[in-house]
Amino acid sequence: MNFLQSLKMAVTSIYSNKGRSFLTMLGVIIGVAAVIAATGFALGSTSSITDSIESLGANKLSVNILDRNSNRDIDYEDFKAFTDENADLISMMAPTVNGTSTVKYQTTISEAVNVIGTSPDYAEINDMHVQDGRYILELDMEYRQKIAVIGTAVANEFFGRTDPIGETIKLDGTPFTIVGVLEQKDGGQDGGEDDVIIIPVTTAQRVYKSATIRTFTVLVSESENVAKTQALIEDFLFETYLSEDAYRVFNSAQILDTLEDITGTMALILGGIAVISLLVGGIGIMNIMLVSVTERTREIGIRKAIGARKSSILSQFMIEALVITGLGGLIGIVIGVGAIFLVISNFVPPVIDPMWMVLSFGFSLLIGLLFGIFPAYKAANLNPIEALRYE
Amino acid sequence: MTGLVDINNMKKTYVMGSNMVRALDGVDLNIKHGEYISIVGPSGSGKSTLMNMIGCLDAPDSGSYMLDGVDVSDMNDKELAEIRSEKIGFVFQGFNLLPRLTALENVELPLIYRGYSHKKRREMALEALDRVGLGDRVHHKPTELSGGQMQRVAVARALAGNPPVLLADEPTGNLDTNTGKEILAMLEKIHDQGNTIILITHDKELAGQAKRRIEIRDGRIIHDEEVRK
Repeated sequence: MNFLQSLKMAVTSIYSNKGRSFLTMLGVIIGVAAVIAATGFALGSTSSITDSIESLGANKLSVNILDRNSNRDIDYEDFKAFTDENADLISMMAPTVNGTSTVKYQTTISEAVNVIGTSPDYAEINDMHVQDGRYILELDMEYRQKIAVIGTAVANEFFGRTDPIGETIKLDGTPFTIVGVLEQKDGGQDGGEDDVIIIPVTTAQRVYKSATIRTFTVLVSESENVAKTQALIEDFLFETYLSEDAYRVFNSAQILDTLEDITGTMALILGGIAVISLLVGGIGIMNIMLVSVTERTREIGIRKAIGARKSSILSQFMIEALVITGLGGLIGIVIGVGAIFLVISNFVPPVIDPMWMVLSFGFSLLIGLLFGIFPAYKAANLNPIEALRYE
Repeated sequence: MTGLVDINNMKKTYVMGSNMVRALDGVDLNIKHGEYISIVGPSGSGKSTLMNMIGCLDAPDSGSYMLDGVDVSDMNDKELAEIRSEKIGFVFQGFNLLPRLTALENVELPLIYRGYSHKKRREMALEALDRVGLGDRVHHKPTELSGGQMQRVAVARALAGNPPVLLADEPTGNLDTNTGKEILAMLEKIHDQGNTIILITHDKELAGQAKRRIEIRDGRIIHDEEVRK
């Protein structure tokens, strides 16, 4: 008896028990769909984080000040003095102080607008240029000027079609003069990258009363000097804080490495969950197959009496288990992919990895093989005389 | 005619709880090609065991069995399955058709296990169904057929591969008198066409339909006679 015959018999038998076959498949369907959807989510979020890190560029160093109790602080001027000293290595430097303010212009009020306190280099480092007016200048830093550069979303909200440059807006009651409007970055949406007000960091420190700058971004001029510059910055910070725990200096490669570690761990956890859920599905399959073998004892007896070999019965039941798990795997993949595009795509970009599809499909077949073999073996070894007598 | 079934001093003992049951206690039996023979005996006489032996469903404890020139007494499971596929056609009391399959598919089943091609199977199965007069019902499922028709399908299934031995175990047991007679008439016809038929029954009258009658009791053959009509 050839494979195609066994396959046909298996399909006939599965089809004539549609309801039960579907319930049997359900374990595999849910397991595979969960794997596909979960890996889709993991890969999607990883790719969006990776993209944003890679957009930082390989030459970028990110300095985080963690120390909260120390009375030793590094101000913009201190860090500026350091970068000027090492101008051969460091091409740009921008501090950031993040805050939110209630913004008022005449009668228009907007709450919780994102305000960034930074330096002139921020424009270059983050590729945020002005389309109109000017950016923050070194002079503004020195004199703690109350000037602001606004994103297009802010410009649209407060000024519509009139020219905002030269107008005065109030951030938490403090008047700022608008000197520039940024180029549009992501469609001018509310809450997006264009919904932002940029002011000098020195002014921000005063307005927000946050004396400490927690973040500096440093651009290294040559990529081969990244490690050297990183060490230099660490030395400089150590001199100030006298503790290695008070600061962190990252380069994008390190962040990507960390991210890869996290992704690897995530994949392992997902894989573990998948294995467990599919094993549970497999036990369900074995259960139903054993019932099915008992129910079909007489059929097995008839088949044996008219010439079926052990191997024919064995392969018939094995193929039945494989078709159930294979079909369940395929349905699970379809549902998982559907979930990625319909649900998960709302949160992260949809990413489909064919490797996970092949892997989970292969694993569901393996489950069919593992849990089908015992019932099939039982069926194949039934004594035909007793099987024929079975009522 | 050469010997088809050649059984010598066959013994078989079953253990039923703490009792040893001598189902066959030294049976000698010769059946030639083209014979129509009945094996009759009350229940517990050993006739079912003898049928299982002839049908290669079971192996004897001792004694020899040559079937169609092949020694089957020492065969393993796999070889016995092949012998059943090639040499034996079973007709059971309870029809034993597979309910999910059509008449045609049921008749094709033994040919599938012989490894025949789809086309060859279909031809042979249709021919067998024609022989039993069911050429117009090939696509019906067993539930859509009467008892007599189901038994005809079962006979067609047994005949389809042209096995040398047709073993019929109480073939009329589940049928009313008239339908039973139709089936017997059909077996008679099939015998006239040259097939060897072994009829197993507890009914002496039924056994008289065959050309030769063997009576078995307590695992031994006690009568072996030609039937005169």
